[in-house]
Amino acid sequence: MSLIKEHDHGTPARPGPATVSVEIDGRTVQVPEGTSVMRAAAECGIDIPKLCATDNLEPFGSCRLCLVDIDGRKGSPASCTTPVAEGMKVRTQTPELAELRRGVMELYISDHPLDCLTCPANGDCELQDMSGVVGLREVRYGFDGENHLDLPTDSSNPYFDFDASKCIACSRCVRACGEVQGTFALTIEGRGFDSKVAAGAGGTFMESDCVSCGACVQACPTSTLQERSVVELGMPNRSVLTTCAYCGVGCSFKAELRGDEVVRMVPYKDGKANEGHSCVKGRFAFGYASHPDRQLRPMVRERITDPWREVEWEEAIAHVGRRMLEIQAAHGAGAIGGISSSRCTNEEVYVVQKMVRAAFGNNNVDTCARVCHSPTGYGLKQTYGTSAGTQDFKSVDKSDVILIIGANPTDAHPVFGSRIKRRLRQGAKLIVADPRRIDLVRSPHIQAEHHLQVRPGTNVALVNAMGHVVVTEGLVDREFVAERCEDFAEWERFISAPEHSPEAVEEITGIPAAEVRAATRLYASARNATIMYGLGVTEHSQGSTMVMGMANLAMATGNIGREGVGVNPLRGQNNVQGSCDMGSFPHELPGYRHVSDDVVRGTFETLWGRVLDPEPGLRIPNMFDAAIDGTFLGLFVQGEDIVQSDPNTRHVTAALAAMELVVVQDLFLNETSRYAHVFLPGTSFLEKNGTFTNAERRINRVRPVMAPKTGKHEWEIVCEIAQAMGYPMKYDDAAQIMDEIAMTTPTFAGVSFARLDEVGSVQWPCDDAAPEGTPIMHIDGFVRGRGRFVLTDYVPTQERSTRRFPLILTTGRILSQYNVGAQTRRTGNSAWHPEDLLEMHPHDAEVRGINDGDTVALASRVGETTLRVKIAERMPVGVVYTTFHHPVTGANVVTTENSDWATNCPEYKVTAVQVSPKHPAPARVK
Amino acid sequence: MSAAQTPPHIRMSNEIAVQFRHRDPAWAAEQIAAHIRAFWDPRMRARLLADAGAGDGRLDPLVVAATALLPPAG
Ligand code: SF4
Ligand code: SF4
Ligand code: SF4
Ligand code: FES
Repeated sequence: MSLIKEHDHGTPARPGPATVSVEIDGRTVQVPEGTSVMRAAAECGIDIPKLCATDNLEPFGSCRLCLVDIDGRKGSPASCTTPVAEGMKVRTQTPELAELRRGVMELYISDHPLDCLTCPANGDCELQDMSGVVGLREVRYGFDGENHLDLPTDSSNPYFDFDASKCIACSRCVRACGEVQGTFALTIEGRGFDSKVAAGAGGTFMESDCVSCGACVQACPTSTLQERSVVELGMPNRSVLTTCAYCGVGCSFKAELRGDEVVRMVPYKDGKANEGHSCVKGRFAFGYASHPDRQLRPMVRERITDPWREVEWEEAIAHVGRRMLEIQAAHGAGAIGGISSSRCTNEEVYVVQKMVRAAFGNNNVDTCARVCHSPTGYGLKQTYGTSAGTQDFKSVDKSDVILIIGANPTDAHPVFGSRIKRRLRQGAKLIVADPRRIDLVRSPHIQAEHHLQVRPGTNVALVNAMGHVVVTEGLVDREFVAERCEDFAEWERFISAPEHSPEAVEEITGIPAAEVRAATRLYASARNATIMYGLGVTEHSQGSTMVMGMANLAMATGNIGREGVGVNPLRGQNNVQGSCDMGSFPHELPGYRHVSDDVVRGTFETLWGRVLDPEPGLRIPNMFDAAIDGTFLGLFVQGEDIVQSDPNTRHVTAALAAMELVVVQDLFLNETSRYAHVFLPGTSFLEKNGTFTNAERRINRVRPVMAPKTGKHEWEIVCEIAQAMGYPMKYDDAAQIMDEIAMTTPTFAGVSFARLDEVGSVQWPCDDAAPEGTPIMHIDGFVRGRGRFVLTDYVPTQERSTRRFPLILTTGRILSQYNVGAQTRRTGNSAWHPEDLLEMHPHDAEVRGINDGDTVALASRVGETTLRVKIAERMPVGVVYTTFHHPVTGANVVTTENSDWATNCPEYKVTAVQVSPKHPAPARVK
Repeated sequence: MSAAQTPPHIRMSNEIAVQFRHRDPAWAAEQIAAHIRAFWDPRMRARLLADAGAGDGRLDPLVVAATALLPPAG
């Protein structure tokens, strides 16, 4: 594929029907009201020269290159800032206009270094293009006048340079940072000739608020803001469309290559999840794929104390097959199992659960979603009938009130975070429920109406109080409830009991009752109110209850089944949704159908030629328990570092150490591989061929830019292990796996690689009834028929602060790093987050004699670790916070075995701890 | 005995029971039994049934009532 260049229409599209008719250079075109003359011209194939306009930014009208003549109007207006009017007649090419444009270009060029041939942007520079377009042949002013040619280059950002000498002060970067990203890190300082771009208060990019999203780099028409990889490797010459492998937003990217080398990742404008935007991870942090730490050959050892021995694929696979069979022969069919990864493609995950079910002959398969969004699956299935969010991302553009609970989108789902910020700047109101004052509570041009600073572990008390206000203050949408829901009367009785009132739970949640009442009124009275939530909801002992509580709230207020409303999980990893859809849970076959369902099992039994187990298998924590009990001895782990990411490290490592065979398939030797007997090298997303499903149920293609560096696709390895165990499992390619998924799973019936290549992406359900997919669910009825109200008693967690452990630790993520950090730590992103820090309120620090930057011991009843403190006003008193991106911190050394009652999702968000000053020492387990 | 030392099937079933403590006990037992039937691996159910039979007071009475509704794990 050659280099893909999306057409730039100059100014953004306007919504609405194309009702305004204009004539441009003799061609007639109909466009929606408010469309610019420039965009109307582009839509009928006429590109008016431009420099300061681009179609993801509002027009600015500064360069004066886009002048046109309009019948009946004086002068030559700028086409980017002039809206169309019915019957307008426009001329874009006249000798006078050509002269004017040449004059404009002449001025720009007279103050521009003439090093086009050696400039990194040569061939990808709009200034160069426009000089050609306007036919600039000479510069009458000469090059000796006052100029900016000696301005220095700012190379503080690890990924891009800012070469001020090339800046034409078009302000596209400034507007991109504001309008697209919502960070407002850049300004134009000075006026006229002196105007120049400044980051923050005039320091470097790294010193400013810049979050390195790349929007300004993308917007810059010259090489002023330029990816350093382009400077170093040269301009790319071909593109491959693919999907980011970091978070659940699932941004579409053009991988731009020079030969086989990835030069840069550029967000794709037609990507439905991101519409041309990106964050620092997807845009820049792909270097891990070629990091020297990658293990590319299989390795085997008898005991975990032995050194690794590199072997051929055949030997490694035969070894795994033989040992798995031996364990089953000695300890029974249920003694082995597998864990699939939310980082892998749908196809890779599907074959793992198939291997477990058909070749292992049991249901001992689980996925890392266990430790993040399994309560979402349970809660939304109980209430609405399907284990997925209700909306597409775009829906938020129609929300009037946005309620964010236990999520931090600007860090964990940055591109969607930018979209939320844009909607808030347009006037939507924001309610944040979070123990921490996350950035969204107050950031440039954004101020939450209410920050409900809920005490960790008391979410259900809060959501019940909100339900109480809805019911007792007459805010119920009675019509919706009567028509669409069931069990409402019982819920109404339950929730109106005085013990659920905001006043009664104030002591529990720590939120003033009046604040809860006001926030609830705002949510319930909005025309469209939406709930977005994250792991701050699910990773609790009542995670599932909270999901059902939010589902109740949305139904009671009629906020389901149209644009702008809904209940939306913000999924952590790129393919959490997909790995759950693909039947990775031990009780569910693909498409969330219980293993005890004879008809569903029958479908798979016929196709797979094996009798399937109708009993649920072990979930991840149950696997560890069973390993310690001696009934579970063989485990295949696909792309997940369970030792670092799962709670209570001591328990996990004891379980792994007790097993006879641990097989790890991953990019890097990780903490889990210390306990492994076989290491099978995995592929990076740049080598994968398949699909990821994002948090809005959107199935996106992942296309390989290179062959697997390991010599094998991950799905091939899994098939070969199944074969080594005597089960014939074979596919020609990944497309065939998706065909099988479509054949067996009704919600995927209309999905195929060919279809995705044709339409870009679809959101499941995609079937005969909805061949284009389903952006918004439950429009005419719930998937389960009627939406079901569930009673949600608040039960306090058993994890409580005590005299010994008086603080509550909660954990989370930071923008530049990703989960256990295996990928991001191996990129320039470590410039922002070289270590995990413990955030602590000044009061808590002061009473312990702790200063900012001090090294402290963080201890819980199960373990202790060491890290440095960051004093942070955004923390409430009594609560500390850290991330788990770095293995040396081992934050999960201190988290406990407590988990969600329904799904065993660990309670990462609540651990009673003590913090005490200390000299540096490595993490250790008690 | 701390939570960490309680056998997992006892700890987890008691945690389920506590969610239903304000409900009608017969209905609660049914819900708990259905939940365990749908989500628990047979070896965990077998342990639970064995302990319910032992009657040593470690199981929430709602769990004990629920186990009476569970088929023998197989
Ligand atoms: S990289 Fe993003 S955040 Fe940084 S200045 Fe550019 S647009 Fe703003
Ligand atoms: S840095 Fe680029 S986008 Fe920003 S004002 Fe200069 S030329 Fe325009
Ligand atoms: S928002 Fe998520 S999917 Fe998009 S570029 Fe960033 S990490 Fe990748
Ligand atoms: S493109 Fe219209 S004024 Fe610059």
